Amino acid sequence: MSVPAATRAPAPPRRGPGRPVPPGRPRRPRRLWPYLLIAPTVVGGVFLLLYPLFRAATISFQHFRMGELIRGGAELVGLDNYRELLAGGEFWTVVLRTFVWTGINVVLIMGLSTAVALMLARLGRRMRLALMSALALAWATPIIAATTIFQWLFQSELGIVNWLLTRLGFESFQGYSWFADGQAMFGVLVVLVVWQSVPFAALTLYAGLTTIPAELYESARIDGGTGRQIFTRVTFPILRPMFALITSLEVIWVFKCFPQIWVLSQGGPDGATTTLPVYAFRIARALHRYDLGSAVAMLTVVVLAVALISNLRRMLRQEGAEP
Amino acid sequence: MRGVSGRDVSAEGVSGEDVSRRGVAVRGVSGRGVSVSGVSGRGVSGRGVSARGGGRKPRARGIALNAAAATVLIVMIFPVYWMFATAFKPTAEIQSETPGLWPAHPTLEHFATAVSADGFWTFWRNSLLVTGGAVLLALVVALLSAFAVARMRWRGRGAFIVMVFAAQMAPWEALLVPMFIIARDTDLLDSLAMLTGVYFMITLPFTIVTLRGFLAAIPTEVEEAALVDGCTRLAAFRRVVFPLLAPGLMATSLFGFITAWNEFAFVNVLIIKDQDKRTLPVWLSSFRDVFGTDWGATMAAATLFALPVLVLFLFLQRRVGAGMIAGAVKG
Repeated sequence: MSVPAATRAPAPPRRGPGRPVPPGRPRRPRRLWPYLLIAPTVVGGVFLLLYPLFRAATISFQHFRMGELIRGGAELVGLDNYRELLAGGEFWTVVLRTFVWTGINVVLIMGLSTAVALMLARLGRRMRLALMSALALAWATPIIAATTIFQWLFQSELGIVNWLLTRLGFESFQGYSWFADGQAMFGVLVVLVVWQSVPFAALTLYAGLTTIPAELYESARIDGGTGRQIFTRVTFPILRPMFALITSLEVIWVFKCFPQIWVLSQGGPDGATTTLPVYAFRIARALHRYDLGSAVAMLTVVVLAVALISNLRRMLRQEGAEP
Repeated sequence: MRGVSGRDVSAEGVSGEDVSRRGVAVRGVSGRGVSVSGVSGRGVSGRGVSARGGGRKPRARGIALNAAAATVLIVMIFPVYWMFATAFKPTAEIQSETPGLWPAHPTLEHFATAVSADGFWTFWRNSLLVTGGAVLLALVVALLSAFAVARMRWRGRGAFIVMVFAAQMAPWEALLVPMFIIARDTDLLDSLAMLTGVYFMITLPFTIVTLRGFLAAIPTEVEEAALVDGCTRLAAFRRVVFPLLAPGLMATSLFGFITAWNEFAFVNVLIIKDQDKRTLPVWLSSFRDVFGTDWGATMAAATLFALPVLVLFLFLQRRVGAGMIAGAVKG
């Protein structure tokens, strides 16, 4: 471990992590060390991530139900599970619903976050700090706690939302039961997820905004740019990578969102809020169709992989920029 | 992008050196030390564009802006505030026709109900054990990997980084079923150890990426100076790098803590029969079985569950946020 540092030439200035390999240093331990250091991570990843993923893939090609769970000895059935899944009408309804769910949420999240981030940049110091703290508070609220709170807010008899709507003149909301109607339930879930997701996106975008040099805005203003032009020609192009990153992160998060839906509605009423992850869980848990549930999970992974790969490529480009 | 990492770096208090390492071009914009002029200058001009320079009616625009901000602020705060308010209200006030904005006669009875509910302390302890265990394990393991990635060059380093990035986005929700079956086959159902292992793996990739960001922000020159002074590499790390890294470690562990503390799906799948092994999120989600329609007690329970996270998060929010952004964007 000891390094003959004094014999080394002064290190050339270098960007990015990683130290220059000094000449005349013992070769072998240096080659071995990094691998020893990453070994625990690799072991953990293999056992707790790759193996389960492999199992999920295998089970989706097997006949695996209650009996196989207890006795073992599941047999391979090829693509039967997938065939059964794709032939059923319910699956396609769920897929469509999942895309609608993701679309609505992500559009709302990105729109609102951009507005809030731009707002933050223009506010006075005190108001900005107050708003940032409020965002942090919402961001930090544990998912299950927030879900419980929203159940209380939208409670039919004593909930503050119905009280407020009634007071505002919407008499029909007196005692309105949000959780009994499919669309209302869907709406409540959208409000909940958007409320939980806006803080991260808004604060990240704001952090990005602060890195844009003031001179750019000044020259744009001198050239007679309006507020909108400045946003579309200056702000957005500079922050485009960040917009892309946050959007794809939100797509992934919303698409695979599970606890909120499960706690609030378990996919109901009448399956109106069943998205793919909820569907997979319900099939496996309630019907003991572990094979079919795994097939749904694998299809979810495939869909997510599209978003994931674009994300990875972006990260790698960043990585490439910094050797 | 680099600018964001600059922010992160400056949160760590080593900004000067790092900014210079990253080149002069960024200097004016990103590092906080320098950016006191940079960022605030931007703030002023930002306001200038909208309020003074561009707008015809600056006063009206300012008021509209602040009103909009106030609305967002209320929407963000209200649900959390309402949880606190309800938790402290006597039942009569909760059930009154016109809800009061704050508790007129604050009471602690709901907290007493929540705390004395069946198994509350057991679940609390389970949550703490599982979360703490997972976070500590992830920190140690991640620190090793982060060091290898940030400070050493080796064949396969790029591939390893890709794997970590990919793992960070792993579709955990899709692994519920196989994880249940694996746990069942290995007799690890209803075991806190299994749960700790899963939480460890969920938080690990993020921890590596963030710690690597923090490590990369510490200039190698600092370490080299220690080496020149005759430290071994380990001693240099322990005496020089580690103290600089401590805030980063804290921030990172905090984020892992929040993730694990919140986790809901896997407890549901892995803790089946032994109800004494459940954690707080599951308990809270089943409050209907526990408290029925006692919303005061439910909100008190939610408060007790959320409070540790809220306090820690508000305390360290900036650092965690910046670190996370740096990790996600740049690594």
